[in-house]
Amino acid sequence: MILKKYNPFHIRIVKKASNNQSNKLFIRILSFIVALLFIFVILLLMNYNPLEVLYSMFLGAWGKKIFVLETIKCALPLLVTALGVSVAFRMKLWNIGGEGQILIGGVAATAVAFAFEKNMSPTPLLILMFVSSFLAAGIFGLIPALCKAKWGASETLLTLMFNYIAQKIIIFLQNTESWQDPYNSFPIIRHISFAARLPKIFGVHIGWIISLVLVVIVYIYLNHTKHGFELMVVGSSDNTAKYSGISITKVILRTMFLSAALCGIAGFMQVAGADGTLSEATSNGMGFTAISVVWMAKMNPYAMITVSLFISTLERGASRIQTIFDIPNSFSSVMIGIILIFFIASEFFIKYHISFSAKEKSI
Amino acid sequence: MIIQFLMAAILAGAPLILSTVGEIITEKSGSINLGVEGTMYIGAISGLAAAVSAENAGLSGISVILISIIASIIFGMLTSLVYSFLTVTLHSNQNVIGLVITIIGVGVGNFFGEKLAQNAGGYLTTTQETKAYFGNLDFGFLSDIPIIGSLLFSHNFLIYISLIISLASWFIINKTQIGLNLRTVGENPAAADLSCINVSKYRYLAATIGGGLCGLSGMYMCMVTNNGVWIKDCISGYGWLAIALVIFSSWNPIKALPCSLFFGGLMIMRFYISIPFISPFVYDMCPYILTCVAIVLKNIRKSSSILPPEGCGKNYFREDR
Repeated sequence: MILKKYNPFHIRIVKKASNNQSNKLFIRILSFIVALLFIFVILLLMNYNPLEVLYSMFLGAWGKKIFVLETIKCALPLLVTALGVSVAFRMKLWNIGGEGQILIGGVAATAVAFAFEKNMSPTPLLILMFVSSFLAAGIFGLIPALCKAKWGASETLLTLMFNYIAQKIIIFLQNTESWQDPYNSFPIIRHISFAARLPKIFGVHIGWIISLVLVVIVYIYLNHTKHGFELMVVGSSDNTAKYSGISITKVILRTMFLSAALCGIAGFMQVAGADGTLSEATSNGMGFTAISVVWMAKMNPYAMITVSLFISTLERGASRIQTIFDIPNSFSSVMIGIILIFFIASEFFIKYHISFSAKEKSI
Repeated sequence: MIIQFLMAAILAGAPLILSTVGEIITEKSGSINLGVEGTMYIGAISGLAAAVSAENAGLSGISVILISIIASIIFGMLTSLVYSFLTVTLHSNQNVIGLVITIIGVGVGNFFGEKLAQNAGGYLTTTQETKAYFGNLDFGFLSDIPIIGSLLFSHNFLIYISLIISLASWFIINKTQIGLNLRTVGENPAAADLSCINVSKYRYLAATIGGGLCGLSGMYMCMVTNNGVWIKDCISGYGWLAIALVIFSSWNPIKALPCSLFFGGLMIMRFYISIPFISPFVYDMCPYILTCVAIVLKNIRKSSSILPPEGCGKNYFREDR
């Protein structure tokens, strides 16, 4: 028996038994405010007026109609990717290959567009592009899933490597003559024809309708179907799943296919809607940013709408403050990171509570 | 020609050694830090910024180099300290925190890179004198031996430092009590806790040291590979490769050496070797495809010496037992 010295700051971490909804919300809002204060301090240290900067960020994203449309356009692929990633994350399958899956979706859409843009009418062409990018990205995601299901290989690292494989495929295509833009001295892929572009409704390409429909579908899929229930069980405990007769292999493959395929749709929307062409920048780090969206939205598809709008506000706003204040637009990722860190740290105070007990401790 | 290829491979692969060894140390303690890329960015910008501000303060020569090295290590360590605090103390998910560290690191690196470049009027760079210190060393007659001389005795000092660090960390991990404790914490934290090893302390230490090494390798990328100039997105995926290399080298710091150089070779292969009928752009995919193959093969073979530490990726909370 060893008696330790009197320790006035003996801290114990205890799991909370329950937590009411308003308490959770309070802690999250508090964490957001603390993160904002942190950003304030950074801006102050750099001799900027934080209020002025944040206000012009807000104006840069929502100040004019063009800006609003741009912000929404920027949020759409993020939302769809987040939906895709969240399907896998629900069953603790860490798909961080969203980046590559977006690109492969884009490749499939572009390939179909190049092949059929001259002899197909727009509607069937767009549907074909949609389906092909869905399938191509899904299959691209199936390969790591197969390795995971069959041999237990880490899906985190496999999907990560596949990001780079996809990126190299794009570079390869940029240097392939039949895909190249003949009028550009740089090796870039040429634009797809206007027949293969998504039509616009209220100024934004109809990707926004697709995205909203997908939000509802994913919500129903995760919460009200047998599949959704199965993937939740597999995520919580492999053994429980086995005893209740769920085929883990099947669930892993199916979930990963869906997850990747949804990311592929984001690629399709970028190619056919926003950019009209395919490049390495089609994914633009969205595969990773989507993970922040998923985490901030607590995997709730409806919340993802708000969060992805918020993130795209930051990104659009950041490019605005670059022109006004000479603050480099990478400031948006600094902000996203800081907000996310405080948000994740706040989870601790939701799950656990700390008790300070000042008494003698014996081991 | 072959010598040139090997030399270029060593130059390209060397930054991977440090970050791979850093990540091996981290993973041996049971945390997967996916933030290597971000940590490297922070190491790169802090190393460069420290060097430039030391020069502006009137210093020159070896002291600038030392300040730059120390700054990159310290900021790498601080970054990993944030990671450890969130995962070890606050029990957050390691994957997500790693990714957040990457998002923040890339952001901070590019942000300060551009900001400081603006202030410096154009672009951020060190003086020629400082650059010369990162150039190749000359060992006198040793460097003059044909082939061996240029392969072994003609590199910059950081390559030799990486060599020493990887040998030393192999020794510490496998031959000392500290290393044994570290491995226990990684394999089975509950058992380690029972035998009075402070799990949190080891995880903090391992991740922090690992982060310092990643910071240093970021500085290498900036100072040697990019010749002391800040280029946007300068790390360009090396951090992720390091995470892959950890698997490739089976969590063994000594194996990290040849593996890093091998990867370095693969990445520059298309400038030196051409195979008919295969586009050189396909070569660039090789490191990633090979990594995938290696991951899968290791899982098929399932021998304990090549599998990750048992507790890797899981947080340890005593009361969860």
